[in-house]
Amino acid sequence: MTESPPPVVEMRGISLAFPGVKALQDVDFRLFPGEVHALMGENGAGKSTLIKTLTGVHRPDAGQVSLAGEDVAFSSPGEAQHAGISTVYQEVNLCANLTVAENILLGREPRRLGGIDFPAMRRRAAEVLARIGVHIDPASSLSEHPIAVQQLVAIARAIAIDCSVLVLDEPTSSLDAGEVAELFRIMRVLRDEGVAILFVSHFLDQVYEISDRMTVLRNGTLVGEHLTADVDRRTLIAQMIGRDLGTLEAIEDAAEKRKPSGPALVRAEGLGKRGAIEPFDLDIRAGEVVGLAGLLGSGRTELARLLFGADRADSGRLLVDGAPLKLRGPRSAIAAGIAFSSEDRKGEGLVADLSIRDNLVLAMQAARGWTRPLPRRTKDQLVEKYLKALDIRPANPDALVRTLSGGNQQKVLLARWLVTEPRLLILDEPTRGIDVGAKAQIQQLVTTLAAEGTAILFISAELEEVVRIADRIVVLRDRRKIAELDGSVTGVDEVVELIAGGAAPEKVVS
Amino acid sequence: MKNRLLWPLLALVALLLLNLAVTPSFFALRMQDGHLYGGLVDVLKNGAPTLLIALGMTLVIATRGIDLSVGAVAAIAGAVTCVHIGTSGSAATAFAGMAIALVLCAALGLWNGFLVAGLGIQPIIATLVLMTAGRGVAMLVTEGQIVTVNNTAYRQVGAGFVVLPVSILIALLVLGLVAFVTRKTALGMLIEAVGVNPEASRLAGVRSRTIIWTVYVFAAVCAGIAGLMISSNVSAADANNAGLWIEMDAILAVVIGGTSLAGGRYSLTGTLLGALIIQTLTTTVYTIGVAPEVTLVFKAVVVIAVCLLQAPKARAALSFRKVAVSS
Repeated sequence: MTESPPPVVEMRGISLAFPGVKALQDVDFRLFPGEVHALMGENGAGKSTLIKTLTGVHRPDAGQVSLAGEDVAFSSPGEAQHAGISTVYQEVNLCANLTVAENILLGREPRRLGGIDFPAMRRRAAEVLARIGVHIDPASSLSEHPIAVQQLVAIARAIAIDCSVLVLDEPTSSLDAGEVAELFRIMRVLRDEGVAILFVSHFLDQVYEISDRMTVLRNGTLVGEHLTADVDRRTLIAQMIGRDLGTLEAIEDAAEKRKPSGPALVRAEGLGKRGAIEPFDLDIRAGEVVGLAGLLGSGRTELARLLFGADRADSGRLLVDGAPLKLRGPRSAIAAGIAFSSEDRKGEGLVADLSIRDNLVLAMQAARGWTRPLPRRTKDQLVEKYLKALDIRPANPDALVRTLSGGNQQKVLLARWLVTEPRLLILDEPTRGIDVGAKAQIQQLVTTLAAEGTAILFISAELEEVVRIADRIVVLRDRRKIAELDGSVTGVDEVVELIAGGAAPEKVVS
Repeated sequence: MKNRLLWPLLALVALLLLNLAVTPSFFALRMQDGHLYGGLVDVLKNGAPTLLIALGMTLVIATRGIDLSVGAVAAIAGAVTCVHIGTSGSAATAFAGMAIALVLCAALGLWNGFLVAGLGIQPIIATLVLMTAGRGVAMLVTEGQIVTVNNTAYRQVGAGFVVLPVSILIALLVLGLVAFVTRKTALGMLIEAVGVNPEASRLAGVRSRTIIWTVYVFAAVCAGIAGLMISSNVSAADANNAGLWIEMDAILAVVIGGTSLAGGRYSLTGTLLGALIIQTLTTTVYTIGVAPEVTLVFKAVVVIAVCLLQAPKARAALSFRKVAVSS
């Protein structure tokens, strides 16, 4: 791409804070007509917030957004859309019970004599569909079509108004390879018509295939803007996770590495679930910390959920102490001494409207059943012990969990499982979104637990953390286990290469 | 918590005072033949069935559910008992009939629980099945007639006295029992956990199905007892009209008591207040002589007022001073 026309969107010095979090700090962003621009960054880097600032959902605290050279300040998504910024969100936001044509033109139906002009609407919808080369009957009901086609209808809806900017927020997450190819074909058609496309995806292969330019965010700040051709995958990942290559290679393992031997406490043999994670083998020994590394969407959480029975595997088997265990659900996993602290603290972890005390004893009480309540004294002792041990604040057992900070909520969730004295503790992103102090406390706790003989499966998007804590690192890519590395001799750079798909997994530990 | 109950309490007091103003003897209690009579006793007595059903409804609503079938279940309980008693005057027959009816109600609760927790049908639809079909079942039991009985033992349940009317004592006993069981066992906490966050509860190993199943059975048994009271009070079983629309009063009582229809935290005391407000309201309609044709409108206005008073938004709009945040 030679010297381009002026950018259609320019955002300068955008800052936005939510209570307790600086979501965006002084971010610049440009979007040129006729390009596909990928917005890159790990979870919580600020991608969605930046998009929502552009589309009028959020108003920036500072900074200026301009569209086609003119300063704008949208106060609602409707205004942004009116100005030519169309957005297609990750989940299909359409009405399944209406027809394709109605969905495409909802809210702007052609009218005649006070009613909707249905023939005109179908004609207009057919035109839009033809423009992106989708051949379906506009009069058919949307629910008849598979998700992939619904996604294309959502795009048709987005371009039915004259849009100069099209925002696609993770449009490919529910599509298979053929459907992605179709989507990319349409994106290229629109790009060649001069539409500026902002594209978010966690799949690096797709980003490299479709995008012309990329902007990398990390922790709410701008890391850099590059032409896709100029930046290789290693550099990109290093930027996303926040290490330049020099430091990556220089990181030394400070932590003392254990080398637990002996039989596996938990062993997975060909365990897998279609569409979630391909069959994998995995051994976890008592007193061992196994790290799971991989980008978002690589199957980290899916793997953990199979081990816990939160989802049901459709192949393979799980052995605990060498004996096969049929997981019918979380209860059977808990009975076998497996605990799972979900990455989604609010949705799947804590019961926000209950007190710290109730949340702490929930798992243990559930295992006992409702007819055998924990005696008040035991409860108080447990609560007091863990409030102190994990330094949970406020140290008031009656405080509602919803009022706690993220770090303290995470500690409450951890404590809930520690109370049950698990043999295998699965920690999915236990340090995400919490402050540095709490993070260090949790890492310390993991080490201590392992020293006491608990097996730990540690999942984190921060590779440095995984490498430092884990005795063994399992690397995932595209929902597949691709390598298993010895934690004591592995550096972050090696893991990065594996994740990026650059190197063959030559250092596999048997 | 205390704060949330303040408004329903004030509403109840206001309604009672209104009655006092119209009927100066409203608060007067008098003993006659060892029986306590008075306006307040009447409110409690007439409100007992609603209170019972509202108690069951509270726990169901706490698990994010709803039970529309309670009125029909109440009708079935009365019908089964009266048909079993027939012309018999013996106490044993009466007790056997009531036992059969309550076991049957528990079975109906199992059915509701099966539809909701077992098959995963939305509670409002699942219990709608029994709401409509249940009346039919009651009609089949009574063969479409209003079955009258003449049995002294049975009459005690709804119209008897042990100083206070027996129905009040039964309702208070059940209230005490529920409060005791939910506080002393872990049931209350687990019900709230399932209602607030079903997925987190599942992942913590809570048997949410069993819990949900339990509350529907409990709700049906409560409805059964209420049905016995209603039928006993008139010594008859009316399949069509016994407990008609009582599910709506019960749901209203729960909501007025501050338990959210979205599930989660619940308040038994709130439900007690709610049931009393509804019954007092009905009594008020008669004492102040509201014209029958505007009765329902009058009730609706009061209910809307109470609900609005509880809504934080409406309270904020009403309050003139900025209330400091108290911890």
